[in-house]
Amino acid sequence: MKRYSAFAVAREGLRHHAGWERAWKSPAPKPSYDVIIVGAGGHGLATAYYLGKNFGITNVAVIEKGWLGGGNTGRNTTIIRSNYLQDPSAAIYEKARSLYEDLSQDLNYNVMFSPRGVMMLAQTHHEIRGYQRTAHANALQGVETEFIGPERVKELCPIIETRGPRYPVLGALWQPRGGTARHDAVAWGYARACSDMGMDIIQKCEVTGVTQEGGQVTGVETTKGHIGCTKLGIVVAGHSGVLADMAGFRLPIESVALQALVSEPIKPCMDVVVMANTVHGYMSQSDKGEMVIGGGADGYNNYTQRGSFHHIEETVRALIETFPIISRLKMLRMWGGIVDMTGDRSPIISPTPLGNTFINCGWGTGGFKAIPGSGWATAEMIARGTPGPLAAEFGLNRFREGRFIDESVAAGVAH
Amino acid sequence: MRLDRSGGDVAPSLSFTFDGETVRARKGETVAAALLANDIRLVGRSFKYHRPRGIWSAGPEEPNALITLGRGAAQTPNQRATVQEVYEGLEVSSQNRWPSLKTDLLSVNDLAAPFLGAGFYYKTFMWPRAFWERVYEPVIRRAAGLGALSGAPDQEPYEKAYAHCDLLVIGSGPSGLMAALVAARAGSDVIVAEQDHALGGRLLAEVEEIDGAPAADWVAAAVAELEAAPNVRVMSRTTVTGVYDQGTYGAIERTAMHVADPGAAPRQTFWRIVAKASILASGAIERGIAFANNDRPGVMAAGAVRAYANRWGVSPGKSVTVFANNDDAHRTARDLAAAGVTVAAVIDPRADAQAIGDYPLFSGAQVTGTTGRLGLTDITIRDASGKDQSVWTDCLAVSGGWNPSVHLTCHMNGRPVWNEDLAAFVPAPDAVPGLFPAGSADGAQSTADCLRTGAEAAIAALEALGQTTEAPALPKAENGFTGHTPFWLVPGKKRAWLDMANDVTVKDVKLAAQENFASVEHMKRYTTQGMAPDQGKNSNVAALAILADATGRTIPQTGTTTFRPPFAPVPLSAMGAGARGKGFAPERFTTSHTATEDLGAPFVEAGLWYRPSYYPRAGETTWRQSCDREVQMVRNAVGVADVSTLGKIDIQGPDAAALLDFVYTNMFSTLKVGKVRYGLMLREDGHVMDDGTTARLGETHYVMTTTTAAAGQVMQHLDFVLQALRPDWDVRIASATEQWAQFAVAGPKARALLDVVLDGPIDWAAWPFMSCGNIGVAGVPGRLFRISFSGEEGFEVAVPARYGEALYRLLLSQASVLGGGPYGMEALNVLRIEKGFITHSEIHGRVTAFDIGMERMISAKKDCIGKTMAARPGLLDPARERLVGLKPTGAVKELTAGAHLFNMGAEAVRLEDQGYITSVCYSPTLGSFLGLGFLKSGPDRIGETVQMVDHLRGVKTEVEVCNPVFFDPEGGRMRG
Ligand SMILES: Cc1cc2nc3c(=O)[nH]c(=O)nc-3n(C[C@H](O)[C@H](O)[C@H](O)COP(=O)(O)OP(=O)(O)OC[C@H]3O[C@@H](n4cnc5c(N)ncnc54)[C@H](O)[C@@H]3O)c2cc1C
Repeated sequence: MKRYSAFAVAREGLRHHAGWERAWKSPAPKPSYDVIIVGAGGHGLATAYYLGKNFGITNVAVIEKGWLGGGNTGRNTTIIRSNYLQDPSAAIYEKARSLYEDLSQDLNYNVMFSPRGVMMLAQTHHEIRGYQRTAHANALQGVETEFIGPERVKELCPIIETRGPRYPVLGALWQPRGGTARHDAVAWGYARACSDMGMDIIQKCEVTGVTQEGGQVTGVETTKGHIGCTKLGIVVAGHSGVLADMAGFRLPIESVALQALVSEPIKPCMDVVVMANTVHGYMSQSDKGEMVIGGGADGYNNYTQRGSFHHIEETVRALIETFPIISRLKMLRMWGGIVDMTGDRSPIISPTPLGNTFINCGWGTGGFKAIPGSGWATAEMIARGTPGPLAAEFGLNRFREGRFIDESVAAGVAH
Repeated sequence: MRLDRSGGDVAPSLSFTFDGETVRARKGETVAAALLANDIRLVGRSFKYHRPRGIWSAGPEEPNALITLGRGAAQTPNQRATVQEVYEGLEVSSQNRWPSLKTDLLSVNDLAAPFLGAGFYYKTFMWPRAFWERVYEPVIRRAAGLGALSGAPDQEPYEKAYAHCDLLVIGSGPSGLMAALVAARAGSDVIVAEQDHALGGRLLAEVEEIDGAPAADWVAAAVAELEAAPNVRVMSRTTVTGVYDQGTYGAIERTAMHVADPGAAPRQTFWRIVAKASILASGAIERGIAFANNDRPGVMAAGAVRAYANRWGVSPGKSVTVFANNDDAHRTARDLAAAGVTVAAVIDPRADAQAIGDYPLFSGAQVTGTTGRLGLTDITIRDASGKDQSVWTDCLAVSGGWNPSVHLTCHMNGRPVWNEDLAAFVPAPDAVPGLFPAGSADGAQSTADCLRTGAEAAIAALEALGQTTEAPALPKAENGFTGHTPFWLVPGKKRAWLDMANDVTVKDVKLAAQENFASVEHMKRYTTQGMAPDQGKNSNVAALAILADATGRTIPQTGTTTFRPPFAPVPLSAMGAGARGKGFAPERFTTSHTATEDLGAPFVEAGLWYRPSYYPRAGETTWRQSCDREVQMVRNAVGVADVSTLGKIDIQGPDAAALLDFVYTNMFSTLKVGKVRYGLMLREDGHVMDDGTTARLGETHYVMTTTTAAAGQVMQHLDFVLQALRPDWDVRIASATEQWAQFAVAGPKARALLDVVLDGPIDWAAWPFMSCGNIGVAGVPGRLFRISFSGEEGFEVAVPARYGEALYRLLLSQASVLGGGPYGMEALNVLRIEKGFITHSEIHGRVTAFDIGMERMISAKKDCIGKTMAARPGLLDPARERLVGLKPTGAVKELTAGAHLFNMGAEAVRLEDQGYITSVCYSPTLGSFLGLGFLKSGPDRIGETVQMVDHLRGVKTEVEVCNPVFFDPEGGRMRG
């Protein structure tokens, strides 16, 4: 692989870009691999990357039914933070966040990690209590967060109406090194690096079955034929239940649509990421100038990749209340992704009932931020055959045993 | 320039300003038409290279001519000049330029263009590492965006509205009008939605005849017929923006954006239209041809050029040229020549092209370049023999054919299909249930075909609704101008634009292909093709064709283009109409609100409700003083609190008891009529959902009380149980929260107070703890419950809500005689902590019955929701964090909520974490801070001392672990 550098950009600019190579190859599948990863989203690609980088395992195929990065990785609102309540969550999300800090250099691909700061507004007394509790937990976990007052909120984000007549801003949980990254670039950067290590990324190839013998996986059936493997990693987010069914087990996952929208590009007016949970909406401004807006998930299970209109409407209502100056903006595009929700809103990184088969899923509405850490932990599990410290608590057994890592209740509520 | 037409055009009567300069206009003109009439071609700058941009189209698909309207709080960025109608005094400014439109300093980007090709961001700005964050990103961000927001909150009105119909006709060109006429005559309820202010679609822009008369006459007659029909609603200035499930269509109406003084009318209205069926008659959008420097102001869509001439009497140039691969575009030359405009050349790459009027035709020729920095001055024509010549022209009308407006058919994941004959995508059959495409949206090429398919689609739609309709006699119309040969680009080294707004060129697409961004979605994202405000309406298909060519595939092999909602950008103001300020969420007030306000109590929000914090008295300077007094008042005399915000669910029916046994962990079927019981409710996963008391008023009649916070959630839960799990049960539930005003009366003098207030005499012996029944207050029938959330002898009196305020005032005046009075949320909280009663601060979603010491409340005699899951070993692990009481014993006498607990001598770090505090208060009764919290193996550690560390506030102290019931653990006071 030719490395990207300032020199390369200058050289290619002067010769009509004739020298740029393919970012990744498009190989035909080999008969078999040491490891097959199903799903070329961020998590699948990062898993493959760290299998190669950390464990030297490169006889790997990543199989994708559509185009790489086209699932939730390419549909999300790119918020990165690690201010979670429970220790195992904080550990893996903070691992991910810290890997993001150097990811561009590591991949030689600018993923535009932008640690511009994330604030989660407290708009009720109960939310204050909840966020203060999280701030306490973060202090113990070594995650840098701070509970700030309304004046500081206004200072960091002048366009917020902190004295909103309905839900005034009472404070916020502030993570100064949280932020955003360019979602496509994360997928592309990992894909390029994987391809460079000799791994095969096979796009437009849907896995339709899992083959096994004596309780051990032997490969997958695909729209491009059977492909054998010694170990299998299933990393397909919203379609995890479908793949698990092929492998003969069930998952405690519900799939629902989560929606987002962007506005037309506008001159910069907001430098931080703001999440407002009471009113249900969050917003940041992309480097192109679009306001990137996300809301709540649908209340019913489905695979439609689009959502019901009233959710978007509610989100817009919430943002107009919180940011009254944006109301003359226009919604340019809205879309939905199918997110994989667990009961405790924490992911699953686990061996499965089928031998040599591992699963990574359940990131639900918030797994973009976890991509590097999740890939790191999943690669470790696949390479060693058993979860390492980052993944240990995220096993499937926790549902059977009732050992939740409960992130579902961000804040306390009114009595 | 304005054309001199015989039709008697009125003279310009209006003026508006463009970048401060006055522009004269005619009523009914768009800003674009008026600018072109005044020879203003330069109207904006492109996104990346800040290239000069003019007007491309004559409709809502406009990629270039985005303008800002108004000033101050009324400033609205990114409006399409091709849509906005002029009115007297309208202020228009150009965008994305500094210091001025003519001299834009950021156009230096254009010089660096060789280095800024597709995806360059991803390859650079990485060294040194810290620079992305500190230097590169801030610089890129500063240059981002097109228009700007004013920074002031919007003060103008917006509206949201709803409509229903049998048939929604989207678009009012020949096919839409014909469909509407057929359905209207058949008696259906019809809505016709048209984004333009006038109906007629392309017919307004063409010189054509229908039934032997000008097409405009036929349009006028059709519109008159529709407007007169009682079953038809014509909605102009209304763009259908999205298609959603169950026949729901979103539409945005520019209700008052075209008038100087709208009065009270909303600027825009967001409509939700539910239609049994719809006709998609949204027409087609012309596409360009990629050739060197095809982005200059003056290069326009051919159909738009003749629309300006035919509809508005404006010629976009003095010497017009046409470059097109199809017969239809020759009409531009014909019509302009007929209007007296010089047509300098028509360049048609087809060798066999024929002229249809008096103009010089270059067949088999191409345009290979243009000049003119701020506006087109010359084009270079390479003729069939390969010879180049330069032609002076200030307007080049371009057409690469037409793309059906299939956008709405993609909104429910439909994928349009490639039609080789038309060289265009057409709607997939049944892409949206109940939607019937017609006219050029479905690939029809002539007016005659549009009229025919419009009628056919209406007949099919009505048939789907169970109605048979006769085919109408079709008007006679134009049937020509259908010849075309696909032609996407003129090969060459110079930059040729596809997406003009985002500055995506043919080279960019080719580079994407070279770097294996070969899927359409990768190419789009890598180059930003189609991601500008026009969302690729003008250029996606051409970009796809070029990608197909670059990757050696056919267009269908390469992929399809798809469009997400909305079809046209929807203002957030209209989508969120009514949400500004207090309008965002309903405010719920108790019946005692005014009386409470009269007493000067500050309120706190509890969900949607407002509840009093405390009731300050003269001389009290802090909330704590008031709170302490109120607590002592309840403990020593009597206090009154409004508890109407707690959820009340009325449950009636033979299976009421079965329902309660199923949703509560404990037994309610055994509860005697006239008794109340505390109940605990679990989620399916075995964690605590809510708690509260339920009273049995009759054999088949219960009233359930929920917490304020969980009222909605519990109602939903019961609904789910009855609809999804046990639809066989004969039981009905209804929320009665707002029907009853309910007041807690608590304290040793509670009975004395009730003796004077209730219709008496009351035999208190018949009212033991946890009983309930009917009472009267001044002859009004009410209910009395003997329950306590304070640990004192307590009652709750309920009367129909309309008597609430009167009862509250009565209770307060009589209480004061007894040395009592009102108490607020702060005191309520202290009272309950003293007694170890939990709230959602404790049952915060992560705790089990076991954690709060209530595992024995899970009845062994029956099943209930959550019972099996609650028995999982992890949820019964004695080492779990479980509820305890906490008292400070160290030097610092204060406790803080959220602080963590550690063993004595242990370091205050994560691995040593033992638990945390959920609720704290100062107890005037016990003269100490008290806390509730969760501690590992808590109940087994009563009497131990642990340390509390508050990292946020820097507080540290020692605390004693104790029983959570601090006050009157035997409960004697409560039972009286
Ligand atoms: C609207 C929205 C907003 C979000 N916002 C945020 C946010 O702000 N911050 C955040 O951290 N997270 C956010 N998320 C969540 C985040 O996007 C996901 O958690 C994350 O991207 C999941 O990545 P993944 O690699 O697991 O899944 P995906 O990216 O979905 O990848 C899974 C891949 O598997 C493929 N696949 C499925 N079935 C098969 C098969 N049978 N054969 C082959 N391949 C298959 C799919 O095509 C897909 O490419 C958001 C999600 C959505 C939808």
